[in-house]
Parts: sequence; C-alpha cells; structure tokens
Amino acid sequence: MMNGTMNGFLLSILIWLPLLGSVAVMVAGAHRPTMAKGLALLISSAAFLLGLPLFFSFDTSTAAMQFVELRPWIETFNIQYYLGVDGFSAPLILLTLFFGVLVVIAGWRSIQKNVNQYMAAFLVMEGLMIGVFCALDGLLFYVFFEAMLIPMFLVIGIWGGPRRVYATIKFFLYTFLGSVFMLIGLIYLYIQSGTWDILAWHEMPLSFNAQKWLFLGFLAAFAVKIPMFPVHTWLPDAHVEAPTGGSVILAAIMLKIGGYGFIRFSLPITPDASAALDWLVIGLSLIAVVYIGFVALAQQDMKKLIAYSSISHMGFVTLGLFIAFAIYRNTGGVSGAALGVEGAMVQMISHGFISGALFLTVGVLYDRVHSRMIKDYGGVANTMPWFALFAVFFLMANSGLPGTSGFVGEFMVILSSFQANFWFAFLAALTLILGAAYSLWLAKRVIFGAVTNREVQNLQDINSREALVLGTLAVAILVVGLWPQPLVDMLQASVDHLLQHIVQSKVI
Amino acid sequence: MNGAQMLLAAPEFWVLVMACVIMIVDLFLREERRGIIHMLAMLTVIFAAIITLRADYLVDGVQSVTAFKNSFIRDPMGDVLKVFSFVIMGLVFTYSKFYLRSFKLFRADFYTLSLFALLGVMLLISANSMLMIYLGLELISLSVYALVAFDRDSGRGSESAMKYFVLGSMASGMLLYGMSMIYGATGSLVLPDIAEAIHAQGSDDILLVFGLVFVVVGIAFKFGVVPFHMWIPDVYEGAPPATVLFISSVPKLAAFAMAYRFLSSGLGDLHIHWQAMLASLAVLSIVLGNLAAIMQTNIKRMLAYSTISHMGFVMLGLLPGTSFGFGASMYYVIVYGVMSVASFGMVILLSARGVEAEHLNDFKGLNQRNPFYAAIMGLVMFSMAGVPPMVGFFAKLMVLKAVVEAGMMWLAITAVVFAVIGAFYYLRVIKYMYFDEPENETTITAPVDFGAALTLNGIMILGLGVFSSSLIAICMTSFGA
Repeated sequence: MMNGTMNGFLLSILIWLPLLGSVAVMVAGAHRPTMAKGLALLISSAAFLLGLPLFFSFDTSTAAMQFVELRPWIETFNIQYYLGVDGFSAPLILLTLFFGVLVVIAGWRSIQKNVNQYMAAFLVMEGLMIGVFCALDGLLFYVFFEAMLIPMFLVIGIWGGPRRVYATIKFFLYTFLGSVFMLIGLIYLYIQSGTWDILAWHEMPLSFNAQKWLFLGFLAAFAVKIPMFPVHTWLPDAHVEAPTGGSVILAAIMLKIGGYGFIRFSLPITPDASAALDWLVIGLSLIAVVYIGFVALAQQDMKKLIAYSSISHMGFVTLGLFIAFAIYRNTGGVSGAALGVEGAMVQMISHGFISGALFLTVGVLYDRVHSRMIKDYGGVANTMPWFALFAVFFLMANSGLPGTSGFVGEFMVILSSFQANFWFAFLAALTLILGAAYSLWLAKRVIFGAVTNREVQNLQDINSREALVLGTLAVAILVVGLWPQPLVDMLQASVDHLLQHIVQSKVI
Repeated sequence: MNGAQMLLAAPEFWVLVMACVIMIVDLFLREERRGIIHMLAMLTVIFAAIITLRADYLVDGVQSVTAFKNSFIRDPMGDVLKVFSFVIMGLVFTYSKFYLRSFKLFRADFYTLSLFALLGVMLLISANSMLMIYLGLELISLSVYALVAFDRDSGRGSESAMKYFVLGSMASGMLLYGMSMIYGATGSLVLPDIAEAIHAQGSDDILLVFGLVFVVVGIAFKFGVVPFHMWIPDVYEGAPPATVLFISSVPKLAAFAMAYRFLSSGLGDLHIHWQAMLASLAVLSIVLGNLAAIMQTNIKRMLAYSTISHMGFVMLGLLPGTSFGFGASMYYVIVYGVMSVASFGMVILLSARGVEAEHLNDFKGLNQRNPFYAAIMGLVMFSMAGVPPMVGFFAKLMVLKAVVEAGMMWLAITAVVFAVIGAFYYLRVIKYMYFDEPENETTITAPVDFGAALTLNGIMILGLGVFSSSLIAICMTSFGA
C-alpha cells in the first residue's frame, strides 16, 4: 500500500523535486561550486531512482493513463493540474531522468563560471521537461512547453560559444513563434469544449475546416521543435553555440517533445486533417532525411554535422507517424501502421541516446582542444584509444548498425513505409547509406589516420568520469538495440489505442 | 447627503485628509526628520486598503451602491482596482524614497502630489457620472504635470512636463467636447441615465457617435495608445523615475475603470461603434509599440513603447464588450501595473549616486554584480514578454481567450505575432544582464525596505502567475462572468 500512495504523487515528485531542488542549488551553491555540483548530482540521481517505478510498475496491458493526478488549478477557467503517463510518455520521462544525471556529471569539469546557476538551470529544465511529458491538461502542457525555453535560453547564452547571443535569441524566437499559434489553437479548443482536458479533446468531434487550422497551428509548434525542414535552421546554430550539456539536452530530449506533441495533439485531435495533409509532413520528412543528410556530409564543424544528422534522423520520426494514414488508405487496416508508429517512438528513444552520446564525445574533444572543427583533428585514436573505441561505436550506431538501437527504429519505419509507397521506403532507406557516409567519414577524418598536429599529439585519454558517462550510454544503446522488447511492450497498447483512434473520422 | 453616503466614500476622504495632513506636518518638520512623511504616506495607503476591504455595503446580493446623487459608485470592481492601486502605490513610495534621497529631491511635495493623484485615481475608478469622470481625470493630470516637473533644475523634466501639459489639456478638451455632445443628445450626466436614454432613442444618432469618437480619444490618451501615445516616451524619459513609477502604473488602472464605466455602463448600446475604434487602436498600439521598442537603446524609452503595446492588449480585452473580456482586461491592467513598477524599481536601483540609469548598457553584467536582482529583472522581462509561468502570460491568455471567443481570430493572431516580435527586446535586456560582462563593477546597494519591496514585487510576478486562480476569479466575479 505504501507503494500505492506514493504512486499517487510520483509524477509531481518527479517534476517538483528538480524544480525546488534548483533553488537549493542556487542558494547553497553560491560561491561554492563543489557544493552546487554535489547537490545537483544528488537531486538528479534521487529523481532518477524515484522515477524507476515508471518502468517497473508500469502496466503494459492498458492504454489508459497511469499514475494519474488531478487537482483543480485555475477554477474560473477550468484549468487543471492533470498529470498522467501512458506508453508514449513513460519512456520519454525515463530518458529525461537518465540524461538529467548524465549532464550533471558531464558538466563537472568543463563548467567554471557560475556553476550554481548552471546546475540549477539544468534541474529546472529537467523538471519542466518531465512536466511536458506528463501534462494532460492543454494549458498545463503549454506552460511547461514554454517555460522550458527560459533555462535553455540562459544556458546557451551564458555558457555558450562566441556566437551564443545570436544563436540563443534565434532559438527562443523561433520556438516562441511556433508555439503561439498552438496557443491560439488550444484556446479555440477550450472555447469549443469548455475543458482543457487533452483526453477529452481526443474524443471531441470537430469540423474539417477547424481541424485543418488546428493541425496547422500544432504543426507550427511541433515542426519547429522537432525540427522539420524548412524550419530547422535554428537547430545547427543552437547546437554549435550551446555548451555540451545544453546540446545533449537539446538533442536528446527537447527535440523529442516535438515528436511527442504530434502523438499527443496532432494525430488524435485532428485525425482527418492529419490524414488529408499527411503528404505535407511525409514530403517534408523525406526532404529532411535525404537533403539534410547531404547537408550533413558537407559540414566542417563536428557539432554542426551531428546537428544536421539529428534533423535527418528526426525525419524518420515524423515519417513513421504520418505514413500510418497512407497505410490505412492502402490496406484498410492498421496493423502495418502500428509498426511505423512504434518505429517512430523507438527511433526517438534511440536517437536520444545516440545524439546525446555523440555530443558528449565531441564535448570530450572540445574540453581538451577547444575546437570543434574537423580539420583540427586527425589520428585521435593514436593518443586516445579508449575514447576512439566509444566514438566509433557511437558513430556506427548513428549510421544504423544492426545490434545498436539506431538500427531498430529506422528498420521498423522503413519496413512499414513499404506498405505505404515503395518510393517512400526507397528514399528513407537512402539514409542508411548517407548516415553511414557522413558518420564514418567523420570517424575517418577525426579518429583514424596519422596524428596531424601537436594538439592531438598531447591529448590525454578519457578519465574515469568520462568513461562512466560514455560507457553508460554505450550500454543503453546496446540494450535497446539487442533487446527492444521491453520498450516495445510499453508502447504496444498505447500505439494500438492511438491507431484505433485516428482512423475514425471526427468530422461532424 | 447623509452619513451612510459619506461612509461609502470613506477611503477617498481618508486619502484626502491624509494628503492635507502631510502637507501641514511637513511645515513643522526639520529636514533630517522627513522620513516621517514617508511613513505617514505608507500608513495612508495601508489604511486606505484596510478601509476599502472592510466594505459592508455588499449585503443581500447588492452589486453596487451609488452616492452623491448617483455620481459616485461603489462596487466590487472598483474596490479591487482601488486595493491594487494602494498596493502598487506602496511599492511606488518605497522605490521612490530611495531615488528621492539619492538625488536630493526628498521633499514632502512629492508625497502630497502623489496622494492627490491617487485620490484622483480613486474618484475616477468610482465615477458614475461624466462630471465625476472629468474631475477625477483632471485631479490626476494636474498632480502629474507637477510631478513630472518635480526636479525643477532638470531641463528635460520641465520640457516633458510642458509637452505633457499641452497634449493632456488638448485631450481633456476633446473629452469635454465629446461629453457635451453626449449630454446634448441624452440630457444627462449620469452614466446609467445616459444608457437608458440611448436605449430609448436608439443608437444611430449622429451626435452620439460624434460624441463617442471624442470620448474614445480622451480614453485613448489616458491609456496612451497609438496614435495618442506621443507623450509617453518623452515623459518617461524626461520625468524623474520616481514619477514614472506612478504614471506608468496606477493611472492605467483608473483609465481601465473609466473606459469600462463610460463605454459599457454608459455607452453600451454603441458597442458596435466603439468596438471598431478600439480594434484599430489596439492593433496600431501592439504593432507600433513593439516595433518602436526594438529600436530603443534607452531603457526608459523602451519601457515606454512596451507600455504602449501592453495597453494595446488591454484594449483588446475591452473590445469584445463581454463580461469575460472586461475581466480579462482588468486582470491585464492590474498585472501590468505590478510588472511596470518592478521594472522602474530596477531602473531606480541601478541609478545610484546621482547618475540615472538610462541606457540598456547599464544593465550589462548585472548577473555578476548581483544575481538576485538580475533574477528579479529576468522575471519581469519574461513576464512582460508573456512567457509562462509568469503572470504576464496568464494576462495575455485571458485577453486572447476573450478575443477568440468573440470570433476575432485575426486580431488574436496579429496580437500574438507581434508579441513574439516584442519578445525580442525583452530578451535583449536579459542578454545584457546575463550574457555580457559588466562595465561597472560597483556593488549594488539598496536600503532594506527597497530590497524587500522588490522581492515582494518579484514574488507577485511569479506567484500571481502560478497561483493565478484567485486573482482571475476576483476579476471575473467583479463582472459577474
């Protein structure tokens, strides 16, 4: 019973522990950096351990919301503090908790300025991102979704690189502009339904015209966030200028919020519009997969390369989600579509691990050489053999090597797109070649070959702290790659529920 | 006139008496004991709030009571606005004391004039007839003209006072002109009687519509919305920040009350006419305010244009003419008052040792000089930009809901797009504070009460957002929404 009562507050604890903890870090850690780091590590680890029941006590047989909390918040407006998780959000929350700990460890040495503020900003971000994934009230979601920009804005701006101001303001304004359109959509939904309950919106009939505008509003918000071609341009800038921890959170978690938004809002609330406009999203996804893949090939800057690779990989997520409609039209059933949606989710989790790992590897080099340019490296394997092992492994995973998590999601999506259209599958499969090309070429230029300069000659191999971070990620990538079953089990019921839902027309 | 009617106006009488008392006490005070004046003024607003809150006229479902031959009205909306005026006034006095002391302007006239202006605000909030509206308005204006020129050695102060006076008199003239037309068309000065007369005779009287245009001009001038905004940047820049603290906050609450009483209680049947006028004022203000603010390098002018755009949002809430819209607008104006005093409080904080903080550069590296005050300014800026969970977001949300509900989707979209454009200049302040290195390493010192007031103000900005429930409920119930 003890367990039962705690589950009633679990999500609130996961949100508020880091949020309130950040205040403690700010106050206690002022002028005492070690204290700030220790406290931040303690809080984020505690949050991670407390969050484990989300995996172990998760009921995989139901698509209903679990760990639900429901309290009135702004009563005159019918806004509720309504939290809950299903198969889509639980894995993403676990991913967030996992990275919450890793970024604290990763920033241990490299952050020297205002350490308490840095750690506090990451704790705030962690709490808010968990809030985004659990919120079942439209306005509560929006509050978390927007509030999250504040700590990231500060992280890039304070601890970022030389062009940080440009990058962070661009990041903020892009995302802000996208989401205000969603806000108007949410207000419209509230006026139509009298509630902010997202699950009630899923059931609500809407005219096609209303759905179309709502869909575009959601698209504006989530396409910027995920990001899709052509509104992706903020991402390379933000990634390049952000400190390592910021890039990791941005790539591993924040981009997933865009994908999650499509699953939680666009598909179930506006299914008819999604079906009618699926060509738009599929087209943009395929452009992202192929064109951005080529763009990645041309990059001189390692972080930029990984950023473009992220955009290309996130194209798989949107592709996997929206081919469901094409498959339904072709086959009249949803069984094939389930593979695509599951693939998209697996891809999100997997990309979280891989992109996080890649940014951390670049961070390791940057801490030593203070350059991100590919031409400044070469033959790193000679001086940093352990590092080279991890880096090559992560790059292989990024190109979708079987056995790593990168393979599972992409393979599922490609397989599923055959049922939609051969050419979708063909173009998507190109990424296996392109991904391998830019990833392995990067490995060749940076890791292998002869030592090119004195800086590389003097490199120290990774220390145990860095090995711990990279090793944990390598294990996670292998586990998801070799044994994705637990993850797929978590998803299964929710995916089926979603698909049943979206094939029914809501037009009145 | 009987005792019960006098009692309804007890807060007004209290403020009037105290303003006079302060004037007299000052004559007998030596210079170094002038702190007493400040305490008396604080006492005035605190007791005024208590007296207002202890209202017992709301019995048996009575929604409002009038006094003095219907020219004065006491209702929950007015009480809420007055209480918040007192709270904001308390903050204004606390912040200005620090400024006045460090600029050697600490004189009792400031308090007397401010209290008379506050009295004007209260009368305007409770005005139920055109005469009372005019009296309240003029009491505010005349006190404020003097307050703007309060630093008599400052050329800029005198110049902006002159400018304000000329434009303000013209606006008052227009308002009077409009009032006379409405009086001519309806034969009454009392707002509910006007409403009745219009209802009886129909709303397509050309004289009425003409009168309405001039009344709207008067209201727009008081709010400072485009194209009646010219005075705002100059006055904000030229007047002493202590005065700007007041001008930018409390009179806006009164302007809201005036707009509501005049347009809804008096000219409600002309809704279709004033809606279109307010819509164009709102769009112009939001567009021009935000665009012009981007180009400013002077923090006071930037905040002035930011005020203009915020007042555009207040107009947006008014124009649907629904009780929800009025509630939203009222919430917005209160929230704006709280944010605005905090921002000018910060300007005062940074203008230490006789040098005013004018430029955005003065905020450079504030996070390294004092992380706590930087965080408060950060809250204010994010709140003004409308980022949740700060209170400014909820204010925008309510206004947008009112507009969307009225079916004016394009207005809502224009407003949010320009709010995003506007976010840029608020972010720029954050950039100066957090991303840049300080140019000036002196430590920031402020008296204890100043720090406490600023902290309270910061907590209000965050707290009224996260716990926005009660204030929203209060605003909504004031209008029965």
